[in-house]
Amino acid sequence: MNSTRKAYGEFLVSIGDNKDVVVLDADLAEATKTNMFKKEYPQRHIDVGISEADLVGTACGLALSGKTVFASTFAMFMAGRAFEQIRNTAVYSHVNVNLCATHAGVMVGEDGPTHQCVEDVALMNVIPTMTVLSPADDISTKKILFECLHYEGPKYIRLGRSDVEDIYTQDSIFKIGGSNTFGDGTDGTIFAYGPTVSIALNAKKELEEKGVYVRVVDLYSIKPVDRDTIIKCAKETDKLVSIEDHSIIGGIGSIISNVLCEEYPKKLEKIGINDTFGKSGNWKEVYKYFGLTAENIVSKFKED
Amino acid sequence: MEIEELNKIAKGIRRDIVEMVHEAKSGHPGGALSCTDILVALYHEKMNLGLDENGNRIDKFVLSKGHASAVYYAVLSSKGFIPHEDLKTFRKIDSYLEGHPSNKINGVDVSSGSLGQGLSVANGMALAKKIDNKEGVVYCLLGDGEIEEGQIWEACMTANKYKLNNLVAFLDYNGLQIDGNIKDVKSVDKIHEKFEAFGWYVQECDGNDIEQICEAIDNTKNSTKPNIIIAHTIKGKGVSFMENMVGWHGKAPNDEEYEKAISELS
Repeated sequence: MNSTRKAYGEFLVSIGDNKDVVVLDADLAEATKTNMFKKEYPQRHIDVGISEADLVGTACGLALSGKTVFASTFAMFMAGRAFEQIRNTAVYSHVNVNLCATHAGVMVGEDGPTHQCVEDVALMNVIPTMTVLSPADDISTKKILFECLHYEGPKYIRLGRSDVEDIYTQDSIFKIGGSNTFGDGTDGTIFAYGPTVSIALNAKKELEEKGVYVRVVDLYSIKPVDRDTIIKCAKETDKLVSIEDHSIIGGIGSIISNVLCEEYPKKLEKIGINDTFGKSGNWKEVYKYFGLTAENIVSKFKED
Repeated sequence: MEIEELNKIAKGIRRDIVEMVHEAKSGHPGGALSCTDILVALYHEKMNLGLDENGNRIDKFVLSKGHASAVYYAVLSSKGFIPHEDLKTFRKIDSYLEGHPSNKINGVDVSSGSLGQGLSVANGMALAKKIDNKEGVVYCLLGDGEIEEGQIWEACMTANKYKLNNLVAFLDYNGLQIDGNIKDVKSVDKIHEKFEAFGWYVQECDGNDIEQICEAIDNTKNSTKPNIIIAHTIKGKGVSFMENMVGWHGKAPNDEEYEKAISELS
């Protein structure tokens, strides 16, 4: 068990020997876990204070000078506050910068709706040529971030606050534009990313006990998305469900729908935040409140 | 270079600006003409445009007030970055010379034009030099209306925190923005005091006098603080009927006006 934000902090420390690595934060180093890097390499940790627009611009200036740059704040303030800086300075200029946004989604819990960004995937996905990634556990976070080191261009990496179950092993493979499929059931496909992957896997297990065999697809590469796998699953399996800690408007459900619409029209049941703001509470209770649970996924298969 | 020579180059750049904007039937002549002398002083006298061992330019420039793209492209052309004949394609559908600077253009490090964003980028470039203990200066040109953007002041604090004395910003202080006088639109005044309060080394000069601009740049060499040169300029400088006229912020001259402007700049 580890949170993807802590896995990120550990990853930064692991590459800190490389003198080109520079990490930036906006007064949230304790929370985003860039403080782990700061402790080891204080001279290459830049804290711009509470100014996210400046964070993104400064990160771009460093990256344009050849630095390997990771910049962090909460998803709300990265994708929300600094949207236009990301769009016009980072992405339009095709800057090789890693924007690692933590505390995404309603998983934030107690801090409530002002801090629960459920729009960031939509905001980042719509920017032309942007890359959007969302790891599901400790190992996938480290492996996906490693891929980012060798992938030129602006990247938005969506990370979560709370501990999530371990899913992957050291043998697991990740590539930008790829996905990972668990199982080969033909009764249905559950599409997920980030913290909902382990929820989907739990649902898969529960369904198996009822004689329903589904597969789970981790669409960790939200953009570019693995269109081929989406189409393959639509063709090979009966029911399609997506689940995400994000608005169903512009999230992975919308992205999958677009692909299906163009390639293989088929119904998709979308589980997510249904055009509403989040809610304060313990994150597991918040997930239950919004139906981000294995039980809710299982119920979708009962309805047929 | 002799001052007469630099002034001659500036006049040629101003002709290019007028030709580009006239040919494109759109663009921003006022703010391009006001800062022409600053860019000429930088590119033809003060900047080291050589590359270090990693291929990074020794001195860098960020045009934060990206709507002055015409002067930027014309100056880059005068230094061989852009073929001169391409300038007439400015803002056209089959041209790479976009309305506002894009870093797909040779010599442009970062895209700009959405105001308020360039100073942070310049900070990042200056920080990279500090981290590596590398020589070189990062120059940044801001518009006076542009400093109404909050990000500028965020960046001012960052520059002060990291003592970016290898950063030299210019403020193209022509006093006018689209909706009128900058003092009326958002009470942008006490600029000198504002930057000083943010911990910067502040100088003022005649921003249409290349000698004064060069002298102010020289004065930053021993500075221990981030540097701002408040350059008092005339919007539309060099074309009598455009000077100090807010209407020429974002308007192209018609054929008659074009002929008159060119004759004044000959």
